Amino acid sequence: MESILPYLINGVSVGGQFALIAIGYTLVYGILRLINFAHGDVFMVAGLVMVYTTTAMPFYIALPLVCIATVALGFVIERVAYRPLRTAPRMSLMISAIGVSYLIQNLAFYITGGVAQPVVNPIPWISDNITLFGQSTKRVTLVTPLLTILLVAALVYLINHTKMGMAMRAAARDFETAQLMGIKINSVISMTFVIGSFLAAVGAMLFFTNSPSVTITSGSMPGLKAFVAAVFGGIGSIPGAVVGAFIIGLCEELIKGLGYTTFSDAFTFALLIAVLCVKPTGLFGEKVTDKV
Amino acid sequence: MTSEKRKKLLTLAVLAAALAACLVVDATLPSYHIAVKVISKASVYMLVAVSMNLLNGFTGLFSLGQAGFMLLGAYAYAVLTIPVAKRDSVYQYFDGGLLHFSLPEIFSFLGEDLGTLVGMLAALLVGGLLAALLAYLIGLPVLRLKSDYLAIATLGFAEILRTLFQWNGLGPITNGSNLLKSYPTFSRATSYVLLAGVLIFAVVLLINSTYGRAFKAIRDDEVAAEAMGINLSHHKRMSFVISSFFAGVGGGMMAMYMGTVAALPFRSSMTYEILLIVVIGGIGSITGSIIASFLYIFSSEWWLRGLDSGTFLGIHAPGLFKNGFRMAVFSVIIMVIVLFFRRGLMGDKELPDLLGRRPKKQKKEVAGK
Amino acid sequence: MSMKKLFSLSLAMALILGMTACGGGGEASGEDGGTEGAKEVRIGVYEPQTGDNGPGGKQEILGMQYAQSIQPTVEIAGETYDVKLEIVDNRTTPENGPSAASQLVDKDVSVVLGSYGSGVSVAGGKIFEEAGVPAIGVSCTNPQVTSDYDCYFRICFTDPFQGPALASYAYDTLGITTAYTLSMLGSDYDQGLVYYFTEAFEALGGSVVSETFNDGNANFVSYINNAKAAGAGAIFAPVSINYAQLIVEAADSQGFDGTLLGSDTWDSNKVVESAVGKDVRIAVTTFYQEGGDPDFDAGIKEWINSNPDAMTNNGGNDMVAAVTVMGYDAYFTALEALKAAGSTDPADVMAALPSVSYEGVSGLIEFDEIGDAKRDSAFIKVANTTDGVWEFEKVQGVK
Repeated sequence: MESILPYLINGVSVGGQFALIAIGYTLVYGILRLINFAHGDVFMVAGLVMVYTTTAMPFYIALPLVCIATVALGFVIERVAYRPLRTAPRMSLMISAIGVSYLIQNLAFYITGGVAQPVVNPIPWISDNITLFGQSTKRVTLVTPLLTILLVAALVYLINHTKMGMAMRAAARDFETAQLMGIKINSVISMTFVIGSFLAAVGAMLFFTNSPSVTITSGSMPGLKAFVAAVFGGIGSIPGAVVGAFIIGLCEELIKGLGYTTFSDAFTFALLIAVLCVKPTGLFGEKVTDKV
Repeated sequence: MTSEKRKKLLTLAVLAAALAACLVVDATLPSYHIAVKVISKASVYMLVAVSMNLLNGFTGLFSLGQAGFMLLGAYAYAVLTIPVAKRDSVYQYFDGGLLHFSLPEIFSFLGEDLGTLVGMLAALLVGGLLAALLAYLIGLPVLRLKSDYLAIATLGFAEILRTLFQWNGLGPITNGSNLLKSYPTFSRATSYVLLAGVLIFAVVLLINSTYGRAFKAIRDDEVAAEAMGINLSHHKRMSFVISSFFAGVGGGMMAMYMGTVAALPFRSSMTYEILLIVVIGGIGSITGSIIASFLYIFSSEWWLRGLDSGTFLGIHAPGLFKNGFRMAVFSVIIMVIVLFFRRGLMGDKELPDLLGRRPKKQKKEVAGK
Repeated sequence: MSMKKLFSLSLAMALILGMTACGGGGEASGEDGGTEGAKEVRIGVYEPQTGDNGPGGKQEILGMQYAQSIQPTVEIAGETYDVKLEIVDNRTTPENGPSAASQLVDKDVSVVLGSYGSGVSVAGGKIFEEAGVPAIGVSCTNPQVTSDYDCYFRICFTDPFQGPALASYAYDTLGITTAYTLSMLGSDYDQGLVYYFTEAFEALGGSVVSETFNDGNANFVSYINNAKAAGAGAIFAPVSINYAQLIVEAADSQGFDGTLLGSDTWDSNKVVESAVGKDVRIAVTTFYQEGGDPDFDAGIKEWINSNPDAMTNNGGNDMVAAVTVMGYDAYFTALEALKAAGSTDPADVMAALPSVSYEGVSGLIEFDEIGDAKRDSAFIKVANTTDGVWEFEKVQGVK
């Protein structure tokens, strides 16, 4: 059974990357009831910014810059594309999200000329080869899940023990009432986008150090899968998103290991549909009653 | 009554003018001219956009599976019309494939030209029916879902379908990842416009029927619609199935336009593109979707090409007008529409409404005097 | 409201006017081409500049541009013509092929060069065939490109040659008996090469395990582990440059100790650079080996170094890719055809092409009855992971 080990190690690492993106989806959905289709593209932009900054300056300056730029992007998207539609039907909001995703991809296409941007060893140390349980792998494979868990723990603390966290929970529970109770709903929503984008930036840094290049569609698939993870774990729930992401990462790699490589993506979507049909609230989601 | 008549006359006049324009284009330009290509492509998009509008705009079901149904239609069309003699070379890795018949050849007893045409239309029909069947099947579980869950579930189905069609296990039918080609196509823009036009006319009839009114009632208020005695699940499924049928036929026409079929182009970005066309035209307006399709395809494939290649409107600025600028400009325009002109070009009005209203207004003024 | 009405009405009118006006416009430009009188011959360049094959397509265009800088005129029927390259981006994928191809045809090109990638060549070939414009495939290796269309010729070898050449190299030279093939689902190029490779490798007595990945996949660790589990001595992955880099990366991190076999797409400075300092062995088939013609190499390097745009399009250094050489040869083959035709009429060029014989940098170029180049050998190169350059290994034929 030693042969299963490399798949497990890789699956946990992939799951960690999905988890960092999935939190962004789940936070936003929890409050706005919006699938932020642009989130995967925010992730891609973080990768691009990393490519450009790390070639221009040392990485200890570049990496914080990546986080700042990504957070700013997330903040601006919410301000410009979602806030004006707050009272609009949900379909308009979702169309706006698709439009933003389209816009980001096309702008990135224009800037990069449609050519993959090479990633040249942006963070030293982290992409070295190491040996884990007799298996050769990269250090980042080990760092990713650990960092993910650390960040999630910090986030859970933030949500459960700070004033802002309380406001976020209140807004997620009941948007209108929270507003009536004097919670500054706009700043709460901005905050969720800031947190989501920050985690996506960290995820992008870990994801793209492993990858030789960033292309404009690099974010779509990880984004979609992270969303599936969020739904699987119960959208709106942070532990759910994390657990869902790890399960999906592991399943995908194990399916590849079993030889069904053609269907690894299809499996993820099939799982999504099955969960939606059987238990739309996911593993940890709360039962939401529809207000008529 | 007179205003109704006037509307009809004006609409007919507009349609006749459009058709005449197509005929002129076909008569004066060779079939490989870019004008012929963009009219053909725009016709395909207009049909698919209308089919999406039927679902999203008229029934209020937010589905993102359009590309999947188009894929099914495109493959059905290609697989059924490739001449038997060409099958060996098309299915070069699958021993000539599994099917050894071709619809245009089966109908050849009608005469060569007519037989081919009937065969092609039959293949389009089969594509549409298959898409409708699939929609019926996945509609059972999926249509119970709420708006955004429905969107993501249909998107998932489209992706699964794409994987299946590329799978070598189905290779003897779908040719795996390899191109399907050598099938007959329309070479004239007018053929595309006419076919798409006739199908859209069918959609218009449907929308103006009792079913159409039921769809709109569901869109406006599900609970109220149910209270009025409308069978929600029946009507939703019906709208989904019919919309998918037209998307399937549209996919078959897309196959004709492309000349080769592969599963790769039918990814979610194609659905997004169609959705954005619907939004530009106005959600809930058939003529809006039609006008938007033409504007979008003409601009992106032809008129605005200069934005990508250095010179636009006589301004030469290779530094600014480089690859991708066209789409960047485009997506900014789309965002402006989404945010500030949420009703799109037409809102939920149709061209005849606009054509017919002017004389009415004048009459009122006359009456006032 | 009336504003909106006016707006929509004017849009509808503009649409109709536009459609008719363009009819007229198209004709007018056609006449311009005929009556202008300036002696100019246009060669269409049908290449991807964006999408998965963007980097490769750009390198191919470089060869043509360099050739044009050396030989900007051509003698046709006793008169000197300026050669103009009409470059259009076919965006890698077949669905964008038809409109890109018809744009070229509208510009009255006498002959078309390209494309990098076979699927998009097949899609564009239909238009070229209808318009009666000959096309010279530069590095599209799928046999269907030329077998489907009379107008399509090709100067490179084909997959039924390349696949078996690699199979023979792996089995006979490297002594490998189990091979693992990895290809992208949905790419006809990948699947075609895997098919021919598998067929030849099994005929030689080896066994093959085949797997596919979905487009957009970025983690190849599990695939490499599958190859290791299968006991494969070589991984044959005829994929585009981006995926090739990912596979090199994963093979290194998982400590795969066999050989990575690549097709002509792998012959890129990007791939060899991604292997620098890594513990991997890479061997690829290619059309040309740098150093094969020192004068040519020196010339093009100087040109690339003096031209910042060319440098960027070549991926930031002056390493000569095989597709660049093929682009260069294609340009001169087109000129030969124009000379032989004695006119700029596409129909005459098409008639002259089958008998063209041109001694190019990549070898002698002549066409057989289907329009394919008569080529019976490929170069095998291996990556030097210390210096980041390709090194010549051997000339490989097929038994």
